[in-house]
Amino acid sequence: MNKLLDLVALIGAVALGTVEFIGELGLFALSGLSHIFRPPYYPRLIGKAFMEIGYFSLPVVALTALFTGMVLALQSYTGFSRFGAESAIASVVVLSVTRELGPVLAGLMVSGRAGAAMAAELGTMRVTDQIDALSTLSTEPMKYLVAPRLLAATIALPLLVLLADILGVLGGYLVATQKLGFASGAYLLATFTNLKTEDVVSGLIKAAVFGFIIALMGCFNGYRSKGGAQGVGTATTAAVVSASILILALDYILTQVLFVRVR
Amino acid sequence: MSQPKIRIRGLKKAFGSKVVLDGVDLDVTQGTAMIVIGGSGTGKSVLIKSILGLVTPDSGVIEIDGEDVLKAPPKRARELRAQIGMLFQNGALFDSLPVWENVAFGLLAQRRIRRAAARAKAVDVLAQVGLDATVADLSPAELSGGMQKRVGLARAIASEPAIMFFDEPTTGLDPIMGAVIDGLIVDCVKRLGSTSIAITHDMASAQRIGDNAAMLYQGRVSWTGPAAELMTSPDPVVDQFTHGRAEGPIKMALRK
Ligand SMILES: Nc1ncnc2c1ncn2[C@@H]1O[C@H](COP(=O)(O)OP(=O)(O)OP(=O)(O)O)[C@@H](O)[C@H]1O
Ligand SMILES: [Mg+2]
Repeated sequence: MNKLLDLVALIGAVALGTVEFIGELGLFALSGLSHIFRPPYYPRLIGKAFMEIGYFSLPVVALTALFTGMVLALQSYTGFSRFGAESAIASVVVLSVTRELGPVLAGLMVSGRAGAAMAAELGTMRVTDQIDALSTLSTEPMKYLVAPRLLAATIALPLLVLLADILGVLGGYLVATQKLGFASGAYLLATFTNLKTEDVVSGLIKAAVFGFIIALMGCFNGYRSKGGAQGVGTATTAAVVSASILILALDYILTQVLFVRVR
Repeated sequence: MSQPKIRIRGLKKAFGSKVVLDGVDLDVTQGTAMIVIGGSGTGKSVLIKSILGLVTPDSGVIEIDGEDVLKAPPKRARELRAQIGMLFQNGALFDSLPVWENVAFGLLAQRRIRRAAARAKAVDVLAQVGLDATVADLSPAELSGGMQKRVGLARAIASEPAIMFFDEPTTGLDPIMGAVIDGLIVDCVKRLGSTSIAITHDMASAQRIGDNAAMLYQGRVSWTGPAAELMTSPDPVVDQFTHGRAEGPIKMALRK
């Protein structure tokens, strides 16, 4: 009987903890968002965050997209040739990349790079009192540290994904024409006749949401970290894991919202 | 007596079940320096962080210029607290910024100075704490501990605050550097006519910089008096603490 009560108490505590956590995260996000729109603004910091999240992620996102496009062409060729439907390869590549793989893979890559770096930097600032020092120097830490990162990531991710779209298609094109014997003109024609604006736009919308999530989880975990070097390590891991899971879950939800009505 | 610059009554703060402050009363008169002493972990840092608004107390009154910052609207509370400059226990310098930007940070944030003029101003303030212009472009990580303390001090005084807090300004420094920092603190405070609170474990330092002193013990201020009487006070707690006696009313946790 006592065991049972303990179990109920435990479940209650976990549920309460979860609700509290979601509440805190929500408040943090709202506060960060509101600081984006209220002065003073920090263009210098937004620029710096943009470089760190966007510019320095270029190589890793570019390579990921290129190889993804290449492997997609190769895989779908093996699959479709069994049905004699090789001609569908161009559309498979361009639609998968723009709608799905571009935003998700770029999101996961940037989360591992920039989200982790944010959590580590803010976490270190927290445990060394630098965040406290900001407020004693007439500076609101949410505005100075969090808002610029949220804004920069939300803008940078769609731009990265645009690049990923182009390189993904290029990767597919290279494999199709160089290895699988497709004619260059026919492949490109097939690529663009099946591509609608909304395919690209929906991918960019996803990217903006993922960018926001990456910065939010990086900042939130870093901002709340405690307990020295170990705490910073935990925060960094939590930032990457939570952002990755949220990206995959939101990807499903966004796909549902953006595409299902089309059918 | 005129109204104290800072007046604290019944300040309480617990972290979970751990009671740290249990009804602290403290007055700091305008233009004087208050020393706070007390064992490690008795809540000295929590006390000044409460005044700064970095820790939210559970109950009590904290008045600055007669206004309760805990009850004032957030904007007003920020204004009252904006007159406080703080030297953190571990420096807390911004390691992503060069030394000069650290020093000019508060002035830039308050828009009291243009960015173009900030570096020259920072070099000025660095000179006041005995650092020359060559350190201005270094990163804080490239400085020794003593230099970091001085940069922290420069950052705290750059905006010429009416109130200054120093959390263990001399801990971890050699005795000569400690005396130098004490001298700088006295200089700055006297020159600006500021009111200050300094936390220290160093009795020599306490007597150099303090006008008055308060002993924090078991969550309360158990003794206050002139800093000059710290070493001669008959109060058993103060006597044990200032003379570092192993025997006395203060039982260290490790002997429990
Ligand atoms: N954010 C916090 N969360 C939980 N406990 C805290 C927090 N800040 C301080 N404490 C606890 O409050 C107590 C007092 O801490 P505080 O830093 O004020 O001590 P102190 O008197 O400044 O000691 P020292 O002389 O070593 O600096 C400590 O036991 C500490 O564990
Ligand atoms: Mg302390």
